Amino acid sequence: MSNIESYEKAKNDFSWDIARDVLNWKDGELLNIGAMCSDRICDRGDADKTALIWEGFGDRKEKYTFNDLRIYSNGFAQFLKAQGIEPGDRVCIFMDKIPSLYFSFLGILKLGAIAQPLFSAFGDESLEVRLASANTKAILTTRKHVRKVRKIKDKLPELKNIIVVEGDPAKLKEGEVFFDVESAPKIEEFDVFKSDSESPSVLHYTSGTTGQPKGALHVHSSVWGQALTTSWVLDLKDDDIYWCTADPGWVTGTSYGIIGPWVLGTTQCVLDSGFTSSRWYQFIQDNKISVWYSAPTAIRALMKDGNELVGKFDLSTLRHLASVGEPLNAEAVIWSGEVFNGLQFHDTFWQTETGAMMITNFPGMEIRPGSMGMPFPGISASVLDLESHEPVTEPGKVGLIAFRPGWPSMFRSYWKQPDIYRSKFVGATEDAMPDELRMNPELWYVSGDRASIDKDGYYWFVGRDDDVINTGGHLVGPFEIESALVEHEAIAEAAAVGKPDEVNMEVVKAFVTLKPGYEPSDDLELDIMNFIRKRLSPLAMPQEIEYMDRLPKTRSGKIVRRYLKAIEWGEDVGDISSLSDE
Amino acid sequence: MEEMKSAVLEYIVDEYLDEDDEDEVSFDSPLISSGIVDSFSMVSLKRFVENKYSIKLPDEEATPEAFDTVNSICDLIKKHLG
Repeated sequence: MSNIESYEKAKNDFSWDIARDVLNWKDGELLNIGAMCSDRICDRGDADKTALIWEGFGDRKEKYTFNDLRIYSNGFAQFLKAQGIEPGDRVCIFMDKIPSLYFSFLGILKLGAIAQPLFSAFGDESLEVRLASANTKAILTTRKHVRKVRKIKDKLPELKNIIVVEGDPAKLKEGEVFFDVESAPKIEEFDVFKSDSESPSVLHYTSGTTGQPKGALHVHSSVWGQALTTSWVLDLKDDDIYWCTADPGWVTGTSYGIIGPWVLGTTQCVLDSGFTSSRWYQFIQDNKISVWYSAPTAIRALMKDGNELVGKFDLSTLRHLASVGEPLNAEAVIWSGEVFNGLQFHDTFWQTETGAMMITNFPGMEIRPGSMGMPFPGISASVLDLESHEPVTEPGKVGLIAFRPGWPSMFRSYWKQPDIYRSKFVGATEDAMPDELRMNPELWYVSGDRASIDKDGYYWFVGRDDDVINTGGHLVGPFEIESALVEHEAIAEAAAVGKPDEVNMEVVKAFVTLKPGYEPSDDLELDIMNFIRKRLSPLAMPQEIEYMDRLPKTRSGKIVRRYLKAIEWGEDVGDISSLSDE
Repeated sequence: MEEMKSAVLEYIVDEYLDEDDEDEVSFDSPLISSGIVDSFSMVSLKRFVENKYSIKLPDEEATPEAFDTVNSICDLIKKHLG
């Protein structure tokens, strides 16, 4: 029997208080995610239970109990406190998926500071933009990634603490501090910050169509949404071995790669090495993984490597599969049923801003391959008409996916950008503040994605409602790429759009015009690709560059990405009467 | 073949490792599975190889396994050079 038992019954009897029951939560307990994921699990008698099975490249393998989580997160909290970090300060975690990432995340929350995890493959420019936006005070990183911090630190006057958590302390530069929590004295007791439901917890940056990335701010009471969705959708039980393949630099990696499983006291696995299909199957086999939460890009890559490879491994411990990041195509759902003992991936839809799953396929529910599933109990969802913004009542008609505000894990604001936060709500008054918006059940929060609902209530994803590029399950903003492209010495103007890709759904394609004296060539294309890869990230690197004599623009001079994207996707370019013919 | 391996290795060291990187990369060092080159960056490595040797590597052959070492990359190049 699955944890949710019956979707219909759960929907009819729903209250978010059920999350408290699932955690056996008592009034008066401390609502601090850092402590709830470590101290509280020890207090309930599971101190010696394995919390983390970690494997790195080569033969590196480590195991940690919940008591280790408690002690090492205390260690980070104590160390940061001694460095002058205070509640509310932003502390960036910028490292690969090593154990210290997980310990430090909990430690930052225990201290009452705000964890700002960033994808370690970000280049120095992507890192700088996000640290500057958040006025980040400290960064925890590794010897490999501290080099990027060194390049930008002089431009970040508020960044006071650069802390390197592994490697050789002798190689640190002036102004850097070394802290290896596992070799430091064990901190048995730490006075955990008395956070309340609205205390900030995590700041995740996400990309939009215009402007630089925005920081979606979450609070400690997000845990109710994360705990209940983990229980009901991922169906985690006490004896499960769980693997979430996401990197905590992105929201899935924190909501379901740290908070959800550990607040329930589940053993989880982390693999910190490059992707190959055989390595992933080997990891599942070796660790007897039972619940697996992955991404369509990875699933399609596994699919590409064929059924024969799957058969070489014993994957019989798997009992439940789920997916997130971008829509999971029907073929991948059907394929998973064929090769994983009849188990099909359950697609889930949510985003950085929602903090937890919103529309999902539930255990025990009929999966309609290619569908996003149905709204989580307690979530009031709809698709809004593209013009009127009224809920669509006609089955199959495409509209904007929208939610009534008020679910616990909803983001509380964009960091220092309340106007952009307000713009995400249909029906908001011009002067409404974030706290009013998030509690107003008359409004609709608009996700930025389009879908339709069939006659039985299943949601079907159609695409983004804006120019944001979803590549490999990660959103990349075209503005950020274009801004970096025109910094290349050869480029005069640039536009970036998503183009279809069999594995990653979309990849970045750039259209550029060149400055006088530069000629199109394969070598220049490679140089531009590497320029963006190093400055921003491998995700943002254009996988194709098209040289143009001029870019399509409106008469007012604005580049029309819509036109370029429509051509890439083979769609109708629409009304082009406003394009300049000059 | 040794010349080809050296050229590919040099490109990898120049583009994917930092100057003061302590990782030593040889012809049989894992690149993809070790995380030195991620799956997105593999696209630029493939492009380099195609430009340098004037070949076109089919996507189905340019797998993470095929690009995991300098040796395996050069085997693939050699196959397509004929």
